[in-house]
Amino acid sequence: MANVPTDLKYAKSHEWVRVTGDLATIGITDHAQHELTDIVFVELPQVGRKVKAGDACAVVESVKTASDVYAPVSGDVVEANKAAVDDPALVNREPFGGGWFFKVKLANPAELDALLTPAQYAAQISVA
Amino acid sequence: MLKRTGLFEAHRQLSARLIDFGGWEMPVQYTSIVEEHLAVRNAAGVFDISHMGEITVSGAAAVEFLDFVLTNNTRKLEPGWGQYTLLCNERSGTIDDLYAYRLSGDVFLLVVNASRVAADVAWLHEQAARFPGRSELKVSDASHNYDAVAVQGPRVAAFIDQCIAGPSDMAARVAKVTDLKKNQIAGFRFAGANVLVSRTGYTGEDGFEIVGRGDTITQVWQHLLDRGQSSGIKPCGLGARDTLRTEVCYPLYGHELDETATPIEAGLGFFVALDKGEFIGRSVLAEQKAKGVRKRLVAFKMTGRSAPPRPHYPIWSSGSDAHPMGIVTSGTQSPSLVMGIGMGYLPPELAKPGTEIGIEIRGKQSPAVVVAKPIYRKPV
Repeated sequence: MANVPTDLKYAKSHEWVRVTGDLATIGITDHAQHELTDIVFVELPQVGRKVKAGDACAVVESVKTASDVYAPVSGDVVEANKAAVDDPALVNREPFGGGWFFKVKLANPAELDALLTPAQYAAQISVA
Repeated sequence: MLKRTGLFEAHRQLSARLIDFGGWEMPVQYTSIVEEHLAVRNAAGVFDISHMGEITVSGAAAVEFLDFVLTNNTRKLEPGWGQYTLLCNERSGTIDDLYAYRLSGDVFLLVVNASRVAADVAWLHEQAARFPGRSELKVSDASHNYDAVAVQGPRVAAFIDQCIAGPSDMAARVAKVTDLKKNQIAGFRFAGANVLVSRTGYTGEDGFEIVGRGDTITQVWQHLLDRGQSSGIKPCGLGARDTLRTEVCYPLYGHELDETATPIEAGLGFFVALDKGEFIGRSVLAEQKAKGVRKRLVAFKMTGRSAPPRPHYPIWSSGSDAHPMGIVTSGTQSPSLVMGIGMGYLPPELAKPGTEIGIEIRGKQSPAVVVAKPIYRKPV
């Protein structure tokens, strides 16, 4: 069973959100990286881009498939993780740590309430 | 309901990720495509290839018939030898690419793509029915009788003789499996049954393909995994099979080859024996050889960091007057070269190695360059 840290919030589309003040760090879950395996390419949004919750704003590619990554929350992209671009396998190795994708300055913190709790996400992936 | 090979339980026990491949429930990977690919390049890997088709063609007219329906020179095949060859229609469109093995003077075994078994059998029956020597000719689809595995990699020769003991008793006469030369085929006894072993493969590495009855092949699979363990053998799925063959530019039917592509356009003229006499498709192939083609299969590498190229992505010419000029037929991130690689069709004027091209990925151009085949060569 995939790792589901309890200090994060989750989107149905397998992104996680770590909130510190008004900054949200976003990545893909252990379940997602395990489904993809062999991540070979990561494309991140430009710093400065305004994203809305639900926008497809990044791409992660494995040997066999290309998958969209969606913004779980709205705001300005303030940082993109170059380490993941340079070493895509980092996302497989550390999906919740060094393999984060991008950071957003929250435009609407109330959106966090619409995300899944760890228990809800764990339930979603256990029936998958 | 998907078809399952005799090794389905073995795949399940190894927790393989299973997919629908042409109506068969097959493993795409067991652990990781990259890991499995590198195991074949550096040590050994074993693949279930039971979904492939086996067609026997026998009788005194067999060699003449096959020489007429296949592009390569079938007459020069001695018993115990096989050759890569192609089956074309009258317009020289490719019906399939396959291996033809001569087991004895009058008996041939064709090993064909899983997706083309029905088409190949129908075509061969149709051609046999009107062949002058048809009373001395028999074509049989034997695919349901056989399972098969491929074991590939530089370390295979270190342990395969402990799995399948010699000497051979059919086709090529050799003392042991590793005495087979590339493209040779021989019958051996294994666990009280007959298996056919050829020194062939689809990976660019040394290796063998083993054909036999279902329960025999299940035992061969297990034996190979056991005896090859100290050499680092891994079970490998269709994902690694695809990255391995793309690196060495082997075509895959449905991608580089189909009924709209001729062997000459696909760069397979070496396997077309124009001088052997009449055969189906000869006239178009001769004309293409003499006058040139309108599209040519090229290999290419991505030249910057980019997403991997994939089938159906458009290929553009480069420069200020860039235009879409062709299409990617196969593409992937190469595990051995750690870069995007692929093959595709382009007009001949863009087909020279060194030509800069663009691969359109999600609406944007990523730079690439045409390279000579194969893209991956074993380090000397």
